Amino acid sequence: MLLEVQGITKSFGDNAVLTGVDLHVPHGRVVTVLGRSGTGKSVFLKCLAGVERPDAGTIHFDGKALDVDAPAARAEFCRRCSFLFQHNALFDSLTALENVELPLEQTTDLSAAEVRKRSLEALKQLELDTHADSYPSQLSGGMQKRLALARAIVTRPELVLFDEPTAGLDPLRRNAVFEMIVKYQRQFGFTAVIVTHDVAEVLVISDHVALLDGGSMRFAGTPEAFSTSTDRFVCDFRDSTLALSRSIAALRQSSAPLPLNS
Amino acid sequence: MVRSVGAHSLSLVRGLGDFAVFTAQSFRSALTTRKLFRRVLRAAFEQGARCLPVILIVGTFTGLVLGLQGYHVLNRFGSESLLGALVSLSLVRELGPVLAALMLVGQAGSALAAELGIQRNSEQIAALETMGVSSHGYLITPRLISALFVYPMQTALFVAVGLWGGWLSGSMLLGLEPGVYWASVERAVEPDDVMECFVKAAVFGLLTVSLCCYNGFNAHRCKTATGARAVSASTTRAVVLSCVTVLAADYVITSFLL
Repeated sequence: MLLEVQGITKSFGDNAVLTGVDLHVPHGRVVTVLGRSGTGKSVFLKCLAGVERPDAGTIHFDGKALDVDAPAARAEFCRRCSFLFQHNALFDSLTALENVELPLEQTTDLSAAEVRKRSLEALKQLELDTHADSYPSQLSGGMQKRLALARAIVTRPELVLFDEPTAGLDPLRRNAVFEMIVKYQRQFGFTAVIVTHDVAEVLVISDHVALLDGGSMRFAGTPEAFSTSTDRFVCDFRDSTLALSRSIAALRQSSAPLPLNS
Repeated sequence: MVRSVGAHSLSLVRGLGDFAVFTAQSFRSALTTRKLFRRVLRAAFEQGARCLPVILIVGTFTGLVLGLQGYHVLNRFGSESLLGALVSLSLVRELGPVLAALMLVGQAGSALAAELGIQRNSEQIAALETMGVSSHGYLITPRLISALFVYPMQTALFVAVGLWGGWLSGSMLLGLEPGVYWASVERAVEPDDVMECFVKAAVFGLLTVSLCCYNGFNAHRCKTATGARAVSASTTRAVVLSCVTVLAADYVITSFLL
C-alpha cells in the first residue's frame, strides 16, 4: 500500500467532521472518495496533505508513519505528493511558467536551466507551452486546471490528491478533466486519490471507490462492488438520479394539471 | 465586567505572543529559504521604487511647511539664522522616520496585507505548504529583510528632500541667505541624530511590515468577517495598528535615546 489511513478524526470546535476514517490506497491506482456535500471529504484530503492536522489517527505513507511535526518527514512527503486544489490555487501574480517552476525552484537543488527545461516539458505535455508567459487570469477554466496539474506533476510525485477537480463544470468539461486525470495517471504512473460527487464518471475511471458519510467510511471496494452493493445508503447515493426521476414522476402523477388559461 | 477585562487582556497577550512567534518564525525561515536574494530584491522594489513618488512629494511639502512656519516663528525672536537647525533636527530626529514610515504603511503596507489576505483566501498559501515550501520563508521573510534597509533609505531620502524644501521656502521664497541655512543645518545635526534616525526607521520598518504581513497572512482567522470582507478588515486593521505602533514606538525609542 502506498497510503494507509487509520482512525483519522478531526473536529472544528464542537463540530466533529471526521470520526474515524480508514482508507487504503494501493500503488499506481485511482482511488475515489465519494460523499455528500459537507461530509468532510475535502477536510479528509487536507488531512492527508498535511494542510489540516488530524486530532487522532495514523497515516502511513509507503510504510512510514507520517508525522506532521517532523520537518524532514514532512518535506519528504511533500516531495513525493502533490495536491490539486478545487479552485486550482494558482499564483495569480506569476506567469504559467513561473507557477510550474516554483515547486522545483523552492524544493530541489536543480540548476536554473534544468528547472526551466523540466517546467517547459511539463507545460508541453499538458499542451500549454504556447501559454507559458500568460498569467492564470488570461487562461480559460480548463487551461487553468491543466496548469494546476502541470504544477502538480512537475516534481514527479508518486501520489496526487485531487480535491473536487470537476466542481462547477459542465458535463463535457467534467469528462475532459476526468479523461485528463486518467491519461496523465497512466502516462506518469502516479497514484491518484480523487474527492468528487460525480458517481457515474467515478465508476468508469476508478480502481477503488470509498464512500464517506457521517464522519466515517460507509463503503470501500471496487467500482463493481459499489454498483452491486445493497447497502441502503450506498444505493441511495448511487441511484440518486433514478430516485430523482421517481420522485418527479410521483409528483407529476399526484398533482392536478394546471388549467391552460392560468 | 472583571471577566470581560480579563478575557480581553488574555486575548491581547495571546495575540502579542502569536505575533512574536510569527515574526521569529519568519526570520528563522531565512536559513532554509532558497533563492531568497531574488525575493528580497523584488520586495525592495515593491517597498522602495513604488513608494518613491509619495516619499518625494510628502518630504518636499513637509520641508516647505517647516521652512515657512519656522521662519515666521524664529523671525519674532530675530533668530532666522537658526532655521536650518530647526528644519534639520525636526526632520532627522522625528518627522523623517515617522512620516516616511506612515507613508510606506499607506502605500506598501496596505498592499502587502491585502495581497497576503487574497493569497490566503484563494488557497495560494495552503498550496505552498502542500508543496513543502515554507510560506513564511517565501512570502514574509524577504519583505522583513528588505524593510530593514528600504525604510532607512526612504527615510534618508525623505529627510534630504525635506531639507531642500526648507531651503526652498526659507531661502528662495522668504529671503534667508542660503549659506546661513546650510551652515545652520551642518552645525545642528550630529552623528548621533543620524543614528537615531536610522534606528527608528529600521525599527518602524520591522514593526509595520511584520504587522501588515501578520494581519494579511491570518486574514482567515478574522472573527468578524469572511472572504473579501475579511481581507478588507485585516487590511484596515493592519494599517491602523501599524500607524499607532509607529507613534508609540517613536515615543519609546526617543525616551531611550535622548
